[in-house]
Amino acid sequence: MITCRHLIKIYKTGEADLKVLKDVSFSLGRGEFVAIMGPSGSGKSTLMHILGALDRPTEGQYEFNGQDMFKLSDNQLAEIRSQKIGFVFQSFNLLSRTSVLRNVMLPLIYNPLVPKAERQLKAQAALTAAGLSADRWQHLSNQLSGGQMQRVAIARALVNSPDLILADEPTGNLDSQTGEIVLNTFQRLNRRQGHTIVLITHERYVAEHADRIIKIQDGQIISDEKNFNRRIV
Amino acid sequence: MLFTDLLKETVASLTANKVRSSLTILGIVIGIGSVIGMISVGRGAQQDIESNFQALGSNLLMVMPGAQRAVGTQVRSGFGSASTLVLADAEAIAGAVPNIKNVAPDVSTRKQVTVKGNNTNTSIYGVGPEYQAVQSLALTEGSFISSQQVKSRSKVAILGPETKTTLFPELPAAVGQKVRIDKIEFTVIGVTVAKGGSGFGSSDDLIYVPLSTAQQYLTGSDAVSTINVEVQSAELMSMVQQQINDLLMVRHNIKDVSAVDFTILNQADILSAVSSAAGIFTLLLGAIAGISLLVGGIGIMNMMLTTVTERTREIGLRKSLGAKNKDISRQFLTEAVMLTFLGGLFGLLLGWLIASLINKFGGMTTAVTLSSVVLAFGVSGAIGIIFGYYPAQRAARLNPIEALRYE
Repeated sequence: MITCRHLIKIYKTGEADLKVLKDVSFSLGRGEFVAIMGPSGSGKSTLMHILGALDRPTEGQYEFNGQDMFKLSDNQLAEIRSQKIGFVFQSFNLLSRTSVLRNVMLPLIYNPLVPKAERQLKAQAALTAAGLSADRWQHLSNQLSGGQMQRVAIARALVNSPDLILADEPTGNLDSQTGEIVLNTFQRLNRRQGHTIVLITHERYVAEHADRIIKIQDGQIISDEKNFNRRIV
Repeated sequence: MLFTDLLKETVASLTANKVRSSLTILGIVIGIGSVIGMISVGRGAQQDIESNFQALGSNLLMVMPGAQRAVGTQVRSGFGSASTLVLADAEAIAGAVPNIKNVAPDVSTRKQVTVKGNNTNTSIYGVGPEYQAVQSLALTEGSFISSQQVKSRSKVAILGPETKTTLFPELPAAVGQKVRIDKIEFTVIGVTVAKGGSGFGSSDDLIYVPLSTAQQYLTGSDAVSTINVEVQSAELMSMVQQQINDLLMVRHNIKDVSAVDFTILNQADILSAVSSAAGIFTLLLGAIAGISLLVGGIGIMNMMLTTVTERTREIGLRKSLGAKNKDISRQFLTEAVMLTFLGGLFGLLLGWLIASLINKFGGMTTAVTLSSVVLAFGVSGAIGIIFGYYPAQRAARLNPIEALRYE
């Protein structure tokens, strides 16, 4: 589904150019659960931005469903984000003072393919899949606990039935117990519903919940292995 | 993005910060309100002037002494004060020019008028019986000056309603009372109906006396101030004007057109000159009020820029969820237009309120016209777009990655 070939990303910062990604190549199949692991500054966030069609590589090729993403316009990239990709952020990024249901429906207003009448049903289905009980759906987002907020964010990422879910340090702002619940949610979505998930993290422990771990350091992949001892929650 | 979604998002974000939104709207409310209020004063003055002139009769030519110049273009020194027109000129016009309904010469002066206990300084008009028809004067009591009274130089007077109230505040009727004009005693024989209007062109504060009486006792000369000529129809105005001009040039022995010693004013000319002056007045008032509208617009821009900065992360989020640049810019533009539109709506109410208060307590005619309502909404919408455009563009151009990281 995803093929990256020789991705290079250079940030121009004043005098010295900063080469954040140096020749990164890998591919990803449908239904995989991959963790991209690396210390901060390793380029993993930049890689996620490129995978998520938020940024373009300076050089190299990125194919998504056989489509060369480098050649698409800003609007076409926005369409890909809307219809094919779901994001989960470390800091949840929910609209505050807004109900859970409305937060989950937010991506749908930018997706013309989903009729207005189906929005509510889709949002409810996504919330159920993300494991948030129905009695919370009318709550305002700022009345929820961290774990609940992240499940709302996961539901929001799911609502457009994306091909790829990108989670950037999804447990970074949670205690280990709620982190476990969130990781469990990802595992369930992967196993039971066949979602393709890319998890970005700097913690080995978190990465070990995935089926495959790509280690990245100084903008290069240093290892890419199957994880046979997957942690089960 | 559907329009209904856009509206929902806009309402949600405006209500998220009610105090700030209302204060920003208030700026526009004051701006639009003052524009509408001020324009209504100007328009009211214009309508006042126009209705005053209409009350004077519309097929009227006024022949006045003094050099001929285009109306309203140059300062005429001594306009109307020269005494080159005499009663014989009026008689000649009536006798020689066809298509004329009435010729009514008048002589005007200002004198001190006294009665027992009261006195006033007002305009005295010496007129003949034709004057009543020419100026469409009606009387509340008594009768107008007759040709017999003109012939015999009777010391009789017709009071304007305001003059009557000033001189005889207690009396219900003034006919039969005596007034002293310049120390000469006159008998009141009538009071005219109020024509309305105040200040400029008021025909309610004056006294009419027979023309011959005025010439003999008050001005002491044969000269007349104006020869009012009522033409049979509006189409004949310019023809009659030309004929009067030719006749008077012959009578006054003038060969050169630039040396004429009289002016023929056309009612339409005066009306257009005066109402264009009132138009400038309206524009000026509107422009002054427009400054506050501009300030309100800057307030909108300020709020929108603050909002964009505050909601940087939200913008990044929306972009990552698939919002296109135009979705973002449209959202912020709609917010700005919504603010100004609400401002325009309440401003319209405020302006209307100001107009009615000025009318009630300031004694000025005001008129809120459809054009100023359209102007209010047009201008407030335009202000929303103009002052919302830059913040909206700024929001749309934000880099989603940097926006998501923004603290």
